[in-house]
Amino acid sequence: MAKTITLRVFRGDANGGTTQDFRVETFPGMVVLDAIHVIQKEQDPSLACRWNCKAAKCGSCSAEVNGMPRLMCKTRVDALPTDKPIEVFPLKTFPVIKDLVTDVSWNYEVAKKIQGLTLADEGSKEPLRMQQIDVDRVQEFRKCIECFLCQNTCHILRDNERKDVFFGPRQMIRLASLEMHPLDVADRTQFLKEVAGVGACNITKCCTEVCPEHIQITDNGIIPLKERVADTYFDPVRKLLRWVGGRK
Amino acid sequence: MATVTGSGTLPESKRTDAWWVQPLGIAVGLLVFIAYATFRAFENDLYLTTQHLASAWSSGQVADLLSPFYSPLFVVDWKIFGKSVSPALLILIFPLSFRLTCYYFRKAYYRAFFLKPPACAVPSANKSKRWTGEMFWPMAFQNLHRFTFYFAVLFLLNHLHDVYKAFHFVDGWGMSVGTLVVILDVVLLSLYVFGCHSCRHLVGGRLDCYSCDALSRTRYGMWRKVTFLNQRHALFAWISLIWVACADLYVRSVCAGVIPDVILFKVGHGG
Repeated sequence: MAKTITLRVFRGDANGGTTQDFRVETFPGMVVLDAIHVIQKEQDPSLACRWNCKAAKCGSCSAEVNGMPRLMCKTRVDALPTDKPIEVFPLKTFPVIKDLVTDVSWNYEVAKKIQGLTLADEGSKEPLRMQQIDVDRVQEFRKCIECFLCQNTCHILRDNERKDVFFGPRQMIRLASLEMHPLDVADRTQFLKEVAGVGACNITKCCTEVCPEHIQITDNGIIPLKERVADTYFDPVRKLLRWVGGRK
Repeated sequence: MATVTGSGTLPESKRTDAWWVQPLGIAVGLLVFIAYATFRAFENDLYLTTQHLASAWSSGQVADLLSPFYSPLFVVDWKIFGKSVSPALLILIFPLSFRLTCYYFRKAYYRAFFLKPPACAVPSANKSKRWTGEMFWPMAFQNLHRFTFYFAVLFLLNHLHDVYKAFHFVDGWGMSVGTLVVILDVVLLSLYVFGCHSCRHLVGGRLDCYSCDALSRTRYGMWRKVTFLNQRHALFAWISLIWVACADLYVRSVCAGVIPDVILFKVGHGG
């Protein structure tokens, strides 16, 4: 039997806002994004929401549902307590444009600062050949759909507002995919330490907890990058070995 | 309209689930361990069966058991305020530094004790626009985890020696419940130590190309095995932590005569 739920949705923009309650009739398998669409269709077409695939692959419908960063299209209504209104808010870390739509352009701006894949022989016409064992590790990072839930939940960006020192988990994953690429020859260690701010991360793993693609962001991305930085900057033994071996 | 806020202020959504259960459980678990370990470190007694149960040892009724808190065994001849300094205080610095800089325990105590943040999307305590995390000293000491790992490996080797001695009775070789306790202790500690993120990096994580040569392929195989343990690092961190306290409690209880060390089998020197 259809059940009616209450959605408490943020309405407003960067200057201020309020919440508005909507009553929505559920249907089997309904996700929060469906409920938002029902509101747009039947009650208030001015409610703004970014979405695209409704299949948890485009990363557009990120929001905070009952305070937890989630994809609205992957959050089933019947998995949430319905005795209280279901709260749907925009991502807290980024400026609100309107209602549930936030301005995530900062993520693209910092991404531009990262040196892309750098091959030893850029002019070569030969196809790039890689063995599966070399690809396995970085393939995980390619699953990222850029929903920015990790960026949103990272307390360095969210609570401490340190976008000036830390690029955030998403960019760490991008850096890891480049640093661990078998054909990449660039060394981004200094960039990681001094510009991207990998040292700002204190490994609380919230980015991993909210990742809808289940990428082990901290264990497989950020920590290995921290260890690479430690190789260069915090390991006097390796420094000595490099010096003895005549390497930089 | 349910809630109206002033201009420039955005209402916030708060998590409605029981997010506080995990940090509270971790805080309680760690505090219980810290309290017990501190008590035992200062107690400076009841850690070696051959010393505290000399008559039982000389009559072959107990194995040569040493508490992991007092391993490696050595005597400190220092006194503070007329009281002997416990060797455990010097020993425990090394496993403590390993666990303190461990990537799993960092998550655990940053969340449970420092509330930075207590849980995901829950506001951190003491928000600061000057947050630098582990970028600068003294917090940059967390980057020295690999050195604590080296010491942890040395301690494991020493624990293996303790296992060897735990098979030893004054009148031959055998096995007691205490022997099993110390064997399990070294197994669990090994699963924890060799699943460490620094170990994972050192055995193969730092390589970019695993297929380039035979050595890299070998290191890839090792990296895969360490990765298997690393994926269960939190589990082994907790089990080994609990068991090391249990092993100490067992040795203490045997030394205090509270429980007997039941001998499972024994082979005399004569066969």
